[in-house]
Amino acid sequence: MNRYLLPLGIFIALVALLGAGLSLNPREVPSPLIGKAAPTFQLPLLHEPGRTVSPKEMLGTVWVFNVWASWCVACRDEHPVLTGLARSGIAPVYGLNYKDKREDAIAWLKVYGDPYRASLVDPDGRVGVDYGVYGVPETYVVDKQGVIRYKRVGPVTPAILKEKIVPLITELNRG
Amino acid sequence: MAELKQGGWRMAGGGWWLLLFFVLACGRAAWAGEAKPVAADPALEERVTAVATELRCLVCQNQTLADSHAPLAVDLRNQIREQMQAGASERDVVDYMVTRYGDFVRYRPPLKASTVLLWVGPIALMLGGLVLLYYRLARRRDQPESTLSDEDRARAAALLESRGDGESK
Repeated sequence: MNRYLLPLGIFIALVALLGAGLSLNPREVPSPLIGKAAPTFQLPLLHEPGRTVSPKEMLGTVWVFNVWASWCVACRDEHPVLTGLARSGIAPVYGLNYKDKREDAIAWLKVYGDPYRASLVDPDGRVGVDYGVYGVPETYVVDKQGVIRYKRVGPVTPAILKEKIVPLITELNRG
Repeated sequence: MAELKQGGWRMAGGGWWLLLFFVLACGRAAWAGEAKPVAADPALEERVTAVATELRCLVCQNQTLADSHAPLAVDLRNQIREQMQAGASERDVVDYMVTRYGDFVRYRPPLKASTVLLWVGPIALMLGGLVLLYYRLARRRDQPESTLSDEDRARAAALLESRGDGESK
């Protein structure tokens, strides 16, 4: 009996290990940016190309940074969730319009609604690279000190918003 | 005729190996030729490709930045090129990518607390296997050839005989 117990144990342990591995999402790469200062930039606004914005202006407020594009299909899925977050008013949502055409982006916001305090234009994806963007949409939560506290790769789902983002923002707002 | 054919095949077999050898040898030679800087640009390109081969494309995770045609990979290759033109070293480029995308972008992960298992695991597993194998073999060697008593032999013989009877039935 004992002879079979050990291989069986090893087998079960291996199945558990591989099962856990399969349930992980390989796209969710831990970002080295969490706990670090949000990379700085100076980008023009989508609706007012003459004006630029830098993260320094957001110091003192908790803000959400959402990378989006009109060509990004998953952005459409997360759009109502972001709109809900923006409406709740707990933190301003800034958009990074990533590798997009201005007219397409503006048209997209007209169709689906504009939840953003402002959208910043990153036509060649430079700022995106600084933020480690590799799969649009991506969402960051930046605290009052300008430190990135959370990053989500892929669409924000209602569950993630409720269980992770909203509690985090509430906590950061208190601090 | 058949024999001749067989001989022909054998030749062909040898030919294949020779061909493979030459292809590989030529491949090496071609690489060596590319490495020689003809102008400033090909040398730079060589360096860019060398670094890009060490980095993972995060969009298609099983491809290197050098292999991938994903738009992000193209952007990152352009950035590597620009940085190297500005005098950045291979190390600077890798550090630049790691601060943005994490150690995951490196195909050769650094030895850290979180990657110890990755580095030591296979060796530990192999050593463990060897130790286990050694003990198993030692135990087998120490076992006496046969532990059958005369009584056992008699029983075995009786059983064999009865089986023979059964078959002949």
